[in-house]
Amino acid sequence: MDMKPFTPKDNESHPPLIHPPYKSSTSRSPSKDPIIVPQTISELTGPTFDHSELPEHSTDLTMNGRKTGEPLGERIIVTGRILDENGDPVPNAMVEIWQANSAGRYIDSEDHHQAPLDPNFLGAGRMLTDKDGWYRFLTLRPGAYPWGNHPNAWRPPHIHFSIFGANIMTRLVTQMYFEGDPLLQYDPICASASEEARVRMIADFSLEHTEEGFALGYLWDIVIRGPKATPFED
Amino acid sequence: MRCKKQTPSQTVGPFFSYGLTPQQYGYDHSDLGNGDLVTEGTDGEVITITGTIFNGEGGEMKHAVVEIWQADNAGNYADVVVKDRFSGFGRVGTGRGEDPRYRIRTIKPGSVDNDQAPHITLTIFSRGLMHHAFTRLYFSDEVEANAQDPLLQKLPAERRPTLIAQRVEEEGEVIYQFDIHMQGDQETVFLEF
Ligand SMILES: [Fe+2]
Repeated sequence: MDMKPFTPKDNESHPPLIHPPYKSSTSRSPSKDPIIVPQTISELTGPTFDHSELPEHSTDLTMNGRKTGEPLGERIIVTGRILDENGDPVPNAMVEIWQANSAGRYIDSEDHHQAPLDPNFLGAGRMLTDKDGWYRFLTLRPGAYPWGNHPNAWRPPHIHFSIFGANIMTRLVTQMYFEGDPLLQYDPICASASEEARVRMIADFSLEHTEEGFALGYLWDIVIRGPKATPFED
Repeated sequence: MRCKKQTPSQTVGPFFSYGLTPQQYGYDHSDLGNGDLVTEGTDGEVITITGTIFNGEGGEMKHAVVEIWQADNAGNYADVVVKDRFSGFGRVGTGRGEDPRYRIRTIKPGSVDNDQAPHITLTIFSRGLMHHAFTRLYFSDEVEANAQDPLLQKLPAERRPTLIAQRVEEEGEVIYQFDIHMQGDQETVFLEF
């Protein structure tokens, strides 16, 4: 087991714990600073997953919720690599995604947005990255949806991502947004990250990953904590 | 050298259930992890860890996820060999009902090295939480080991109790009660490594 120390959480890249424009953060996030403690075997290890834990069609969200036919919406391919801060790919990382359907409605029974459910769309998938750190999902472009944070508040279309890397310190839950979306500038969740960091949550349209006659491609690399380059760094 | 910067964290949001904890919430999708880590091959004292997550106004938090990572009863973290008997990984939501709480059936872990008291790492995700919060659960019946634990000793004495789960035995079941306070006088100690 590789027990090299890992890079710390980069607080300039992540949102502050409390970001008042996102109202529910004011009472649901810690108000005190976290206590920084040394990395031990408990942090330098983490759950590992294998292919047997992946359900059928787990990378194809246009298939895994079918009951009577195809789900409705614009097919997209979302792909990219999981990398660490050294630029090295993270193989065998568990990537989970979940999202609203093309009308902006989640299958979750607590989502009461007046937009249609799609009987053929679940909206969840998962996979392990390959040896070069690549993930790839076929899904539908999610719709925007309203929420109660402030008057006329709309979440920009987004896909939720959850990642497990080499150990629990690399854990990341984030959201992927789409290039050129006019709603991004009004969204307090996306804007909780600094202007400089925010762009790292936005997927770019990619002709290279677009499949002719079938689906548009979007490319989005995700960067998580990785081994410190030398014991002397920092 | 570092040439890439970390992707920002974002909240898990309120609508994670069918993706992250589908079986618990009744969706037709498989679980990556759940609230029962005990299998036929698992050795050790079976325990239940449970508690409520409170927000800064004292309200009980629905729409939260707790993940755990722990060693087996011999103090080994799961590798390919250990994993068949004990995965060490669990994940549950706090539910939607009247009494939102997490509940995980597992075994009490052994000591993972010569210094540290037995403990479980908890990772908390929630609507309103922009970056997950790490904390550790220690055991109230490990008084001596806790008194030597380097992490606990680093904390201000008055905040240490927030990391100690209280053992209770109910109808033969061993329960460790561990509430989490996101804010306030009793704010749980959250950790960064
Ligand atoms: Fe969402």
